[in-house]
Amino acid sequence: MTAVTDRPVPAPDVAPNFTTSPSGRRRKRTNAIMATLVTLAFLIALVPLISLLTEVVIRGGSMLTWQFISTDMTGVFGDSPDGGVRHAILGTLQITGLATLISAPIGLFAAVYLVEYGHGRLAKTLTFFVDVMTGIPSIVAGLFAVALFAILIGPAYRSGVMGAIALSVLMIPVVVRSCEEMLKLVPNELREASYALGVPKYLTIIKVVLRTSLAGIVTSIVLAIARVIGETAPLLLTVGIVTSMNTSMLDGRVATLPVFAYSQYSQDALGVGADRAWGAALVLILIIMILNLVARFISSRFSIAEK
Amino acid sequence: MSTDVTPEAPGAEGRPLASRRGTTPGRFGNRLFAGLSTASGILILVTLAAVAIFLVREALPAITASPAAYADFTRDLNLGQYIGPLVFGTVLAALIALVIAVPLSIGIALFIAHYAPKRLSGPVAYVVDLLAAIPSVVYGLWGFFWLVPKIGPIMDWISQKLGFIPIFADYAPPAKNVTSAAIVLAVMILPIITAVSREVFLQTPRLHIEASLALGATRWEVARQAILPFGRSGVISASMLGLGRALGETMAVLMILAPFARGTEVYSIKILASAEHQTIAANIAQQIREAHGMGVSVLIASGLALFAITLVVNMAARWIVARRAAFSGAN
Repeated sequence: MTAVTDRPVPAPDVAPNFTTSPSGRRRKRTNAIMATLVTLAFLIALVPLISLLTEVVIRGGSMLTWQFISTDMTGVFGDSPDGGVRHAILGTLQITGLATLISAPIGLFAAVYLVEYGHGRLAKTLTFFVDVMTGIPSIVAGLFAVALFAILIGPAYRSGVMGAIALSVLMIPVVVRSCEEMLKLVPNELREASYALGVPKYLTIIKVVLRTSLAGIVTSIVLAIARVIGETAPLLLTVGIVTSMNTSMLDGRVATLPVFAYSQYSQDALGVGADRAWGAALVLILIIMILNLVARFISSRFSIAEK
Repeated sequence: MSTDVTPEAPGAEGRPLASRRGTTPGRFGNRLFAGLSTASGILILVTLAAVAIFLVREALPAITASPAAYADFTRDLNLGQYIGPLVFGTVLAALIALVIAVPLSIGIALFIAHYAPKRLSGPVAYVVDLLAAIPSVVYGLWGFFWLVPKIGPIMDWISQKLGFIPIFADYAPPAKNVTSAAIVLAVMILPIITAVSREVFLQTPRLHIEASLALGATRWEVARQAILPFGRSGVISASMLGLGRALGETMAVLMILAPFARGTEVYSIKILASAEHQTIAANIAQQIREAHGMGVSVLIASGLALFAITLVVNMAARWIVARRAAFSGAN
C-alpha cells in the first residue's frame, strides 16, 4: 500500500517529514488508523469478558445463599425456588478427583519419558500425538467413554467412572504438555552433578529432577484440573444428571455443576431454572478461580530460582 | 502412585532382575522407572488409538446396516443424508467463527506484542487468557441471555438492508441462528489464536524490526514489513487450531442455536435464518438421551466424522507449526 521500500532512503539526519509531503501525510494517517484498529480489537475482546463476568456475578450472586449451596434437588418441583447444588458440587469434585488420579500419574510419567528417556522415533510420535490429542473435541471424548463401556459392560450402564475416563482423555495431554515444560526447566548441571556422585538415573529423576520441579508440576496439575472441571459435553453423555447425591462412582448417574447448569437452563430457561443455572455457573467459576489462585500461589511461593 | 498406573510393568521385568540385583547399583530401579515412563507414553498412544477403534466399532452397525434399520431414528434419511447437513452446519459455524476471530486475534496479538507499552502487555495478555478459563456452559448462558437479545436488532437491520444478498436473507427473531452461535464460538477460540500469534510475533528478530525502523518506517509499517510476514505461518496454524476447537465445541451451539427439525435435509447458506442449521456435536448432545440401539450407533458414526475432521485439521496445524520451528532461526 504505502510502498515504502520503493522510496529512496532519506539522508540519515533527516527525519521523514510527515506533515508536508502528501505521501508522508498518507503514511501518518494509515499509521494512526491502524493503531486505532489494533487498540479497538483489544477493546472489543473486553466486551464479552466484562459483560459475561457482570452477568454471572449479578445473576448468580443473587442465588448464592447458604441454602443454595447446602441443599440438593430432592423433592423440588415446578416453580419452587428451593433446592440447590450440594450434590452437583460433590459430584464435580468426585469425578474431577478421579480423573486427576488417573491423569496425573500417566501424564507425569509420560512427561518424564519425553524429557529423560525418549530420544527416538517413539518420543517424536508421542509428542506429535499428544499435540493432536489436545485437539480432540470434548464430545468425542464423551462418546469414547460411552462406546467403551457399552462394549465392556452394557449400553445402559452409566456411572461416575465413565465421566472420569472421558475427562482423563482430555486431561492427560494437558498434563503431559505442561509437566514437560516444567521438567525441561531443570538445568542439566543438576543431573550431571548427581550422576557424577554415582547416583542411579531413577534416583536422580526422583530426588533431583522431580524434587526441583515439584512446584511447577503441582501447578501444572492444578491448572489442568481447572481446565477440565468446567467440561460439560462429555459429562452430559456419560454421567447425566440426578436430583440427589450419589457417592458411588461405579453405579448410577452423578450430578455435576456444569451439567446441572445446563439441565436447569434447558428445563426452564425463563424461570427459576435460569436462576439456578446462573447460580451454578457462579459456583463453578469461583471453584476455577480458587484453583487458579492456588496454582499461582504455589508457583510464586515454591518455584525454582531459575524461573 | 506408581502401582495404579501400570501394574504389569514391574511384574514383567522384576523377577529375573531381582536375582542379579547388586551387580550394578540401582539397576532394578532404573529398569522399573524407565519401564513405567515408557509404558505411560505408550498408554497415551494406545488411548488415542482406542478412541478411534471403539468409535469405529460402535459406528459400524449403522454404517453397514440398511437405512431401514435406523429409519425410525433418522426419520427415513440414510446415513449420508443424516450426517451431511450436520457436517455442513459444523463447518459453516466454525468458518463464521474463524472469520470473526482471526482478524480480532491478529489485532490483539499485535497490540500485545507491538503496540501496548511493556508494562501493559503482561496484564493485557492475562485478560485475554482469562477468556479461556471460562467453562463452555457459562458461554452458553451468556450467549442466550446477553448476546441473543442484543444482537437481534442488528441482525434484523442487516437482513433488511442487505437481504437481497442470499447469505443475509430471511432473518427471523429471536436470533437463535448459526451466526449468534458462531459469535460465541469466536469468543471461545479468541484466546488460543491470540496466544499462539502473540508468541510468534514476539519471536520476530529484533534486527528485522530495527532495520525497518532505520528505514524510517512508522509503527504500522514495521508491523506490516517485519512482524506480519515473519508470523504468517504461525497465524495460519493458530487459526487452524482455533478452527479445530470451533468444530468440536458443543455447549455454546447446543444452548444458542435453534436446529432444523429432525429428518429434514437442509443445506442453507442463509446465516441469519432460524432453524436451518445444526452441528454434529450439538446434535449428539441433544439426541443421545432419546436414542438407543441403532440410534446411538448413528450418532457415534456422526461423532466419528467429527473426530476425523478435527484430527485432519489439528494434524495439519501441528505440521505447519513443526515445519516452521524446524526452518525458522528463532530458536
